[in-house]
Amino acid sequence: MELTTVWFVLIGVLWTGYFVLEGFDFGVGVLLPILGRDDTDRRIMINAIGPVWDGNEVWLLVAGGATFAAFPEWYATLFSGFYLPLLLILIALIVRGVAFEFRGKHDSDRWRRGWDRAIFWGSLLPAFLWGVAFGNIVAGVPIDAQHIYTGNLFTLLNPYALLGGLVTLGLFLLHGAVFLSLKTDGDVRTRARALALRISPAVVAVAAAFLVITQIMHGKPLTWVTTALAAGALIGGVVAAVRGREGWAFTGTAVTIVLATATLFLDLWPNVMPSSTSPLYSLTVTNAASSPYTLTVMTWVAAIFTPVVLGYQAWTYWVFRKRLTRTPIAQ
Amino acid sequence: MNVLDLSRWQFGITTVYHFIFVPLTIGMALLVASMQTAWHISGNETYLRMTKFFGKLFLINFAMGVVTGIVQEFQFGMNWSDYSRFVGDVFGAPLAMEGLLAFFLESTFLGLWIFGWNHLSPRLHLATIWLAAIGTTLSAYFILAANSWMQHPVGYRINPETNRAELTDIWAVLTNSTTLVTFPHVLFGAFITAAGFLIGVSAWHLARGREVPLFRKAMRIGLAVSLASGIAVAATGDIQARLMTEQQPMKMAAAEALYETSAPASFSLFTLGTPDGGEELWSLRVPNVLSFMATGDLNGSVEGINDLQKEYTAKYGPGDYRPSVPVTYWTFRLMIGFGALASLLALVGLWLTRKGRTPGSRWFYRAALAAMALPFLANAAGWIFTEMGRQPWTVYGVLRTAASVSPGVDVATVAISLAAFTVVYAVLAGITAVIMARHVKAGPPDLTAPKEAADPTIPALTY
Repeated sequence: MELTTVWFVLIGVLWTGYFVLEGFDFGVGVLLPILGRDDTDRRIMINAIGPVWDGNEVWLLVAGGATFAAFPEWYATLFSGFYLPLLLILIALIVRGVAFEFRGKHDSDRWRRGWDRAIFWGSLLPAFLWGVAFGNIVAGVPIDAQHIYTGNLFTLLNPYALLGGLVTLGLFLLHGAVFLSLKTDGDVRTRARALALRISPAVVAVAAAFLVITQIMHGKPLTWVTTALAAGALIGGVVAAVRGREGWAFTGTAVTIVLATATLFLDLWPNVMPSSTSPLYSLTVTNAASSPYTLTVMTWVAAIFTPVVLGYQAWTYWVFRKRLTRTPIAQ
Repeated sequence: MNVLDLSRWQFGITTVYHFIFVPLTIGMALLVASMQTAWHISGNETYLRMTKFFGKLFLINFAMGVVTGIVQEFQFGMNWSDYSRFVGDVFGAPLAMEGLLAFFLESTFLGLWIFGWNHLSPRLHLATIWLAAIGTTLSAYFILAANSWMQHPVGYRINPETNRAELTDIWAVLTNSTTLVTFPHVLFGAFITAAGFLIGVSAWHLARGREVPLFRKAMRIGLAVSLASGIAVAATGDIQARLMTEQQPMKMAAAEALYETSAPASFSLFTLGTPDGGEELWSLRVPNVLSFMATGDLNGSVEGINDLQKEYTAKYGPGDYRPSVPVTYWTFRLMIGFGALASLLALVGLWLTRKGRTPGSRWFYRAALAAMALPFLANAAGWIFTEMGRQPWTVYGVLRTAASVSPGVDVATVAISLAAFTVVYAVLAGITAVIMARHVKAGPPDLTAPKEAADPTIPALTY
């Protein structure tokens, strides 16, 4: 395999990891005011993601850094072109990140309510905007011969991309609800499960519509397979949730996110950012890539350290595998 | 203001702000890990309470460092896309390594440390804070390797077809002479910052006669670390000055407001120039000192701004190659001055607390509290100096700042982000200060109180 292909795959893997992991963090954040009836509930919910959310967010940083190193043109065009949505995402992640740390640092209901709102919006906005961003990447945006984005903010807010935003938001909500039913006990668990069942028809419908449109416009034979598998995983996850098989339900939503992200990246290939102005101006794995030497160096680094990272992150989930209940904090 | 000016202001504000939290994170991670180690070895509960108390302050600070760091990772692409296109092949590598090797390590193991108190074996729990501390230090190394490449580009070539920098030797980038001396300089600066924090917080409690044994101990640790690191910062700074004279002579000349090449060169104690820094009006100078600082020889020749300007015009074509002399000159002095003051205070403090003594005079405590600001100011001045002194280049001698900015981003867009970051950062600064102060005042936790999660199978409900 060519190194540019390796790095395209690796960046796809990093985004996939980010969406699977921070996806449920975002879901939990949005569900905080919906499922958390009192402060104890909300503390249980936040603590369910407490030990891991920061490590999950690093997947985004590494995806960004890896894109910079392996495909500088992609990094430059994407981040300068999607400037304002990215700004919103950054502000949301800032406010949300400090909210986790700050909300428990002062004993006042008003104080905690304020930070709960910050967690809600700080999770909702990125969950929606990442879908908008990837919808635009796959569909293509106006890019000129110098690889500079020539559209504006409203170019990005087109119906297809907005539908993409609804898909990520919906999938992450479902993923988060299933995660909570797996990781908590008592009322939160019951309510999370009920909510997952209630929203699942809408999520399945929106996700199916988006993936079918994507396939009709940009699809390949291979991605019809991944699309079908993604649909199967989603439906399987919902069925597992109905039957109260929480582990399988979570596996189902996680696999759905993996396959949906894989579908988008496979549809994209060999482009990394198609130009809607002219196919000649599209950024591809070849014209956006770093030199073979840099890619070789980075491949070695990734080959050695990615398994280590996966090992200790998996171990963290193992350490905190037990359900959270009201008993230790309600006293 | 144009896009370039606004982008520079945004980069400056977000970076200096981010670097309030970074050195405290690096220094405190190691200090807190050391405190927990002391408890682990001695079984002395004072160290455990110290660990928990300073650990909480460390975490508040860490959260701010993390969230402001995300902006740093993204704004190269957002505001400096032409820079990113030009240098990505070289500059992206240490950045990606930082993420993979350092960010994962610190965030994952800090999560384990925070939630693992009742959950991991004491030895394993101790290991988590050390791994997090190693992560923060590694992070500093990689980002300084990236920055040092901008100061002194090595291990690359310009591809004539694409007109972009390409990496030819990663080892040269990672062992850049500039990196090797900047890394300890920044690291010891971080220790002074954390030590100053320890000293100030301890002084607040000691002045009120609270928890005297614990805070006397914490203060002694802070004073010793501050003084030792002060010496190390000065020593590495001295090597840096010589390296800078060799690698970026214009920065050194501007730092000294030395307009004409001189041998021997005198050190300027105070120079007044025209407001644009174009010319010297009056100065007070110590003979031969600059020659010694810059070359290690009392009579060494140091190049002046005007001669370098001529030399660079011949080499790089017409243009103004002078950085802002007033900014470079004063930030250089403020960096050294604030740092030296912090060390002086540490020396006085060590004397006043010698052989089991606890200082009785309030002025020392007041000074120690106020002195908490000194390392932060020195850090900020140091970065403003090294970045402003490199102008008009982003990559010294290779790429100009004016050619680095994003061509597709308009003034209104950057104005919006600059305003948004400034407002959000200012509000968060206020909130962080209030929370920090509240936790400092609350004092160390009482370990005899019943623990929240006694059942070791249930993760502690920390938030």
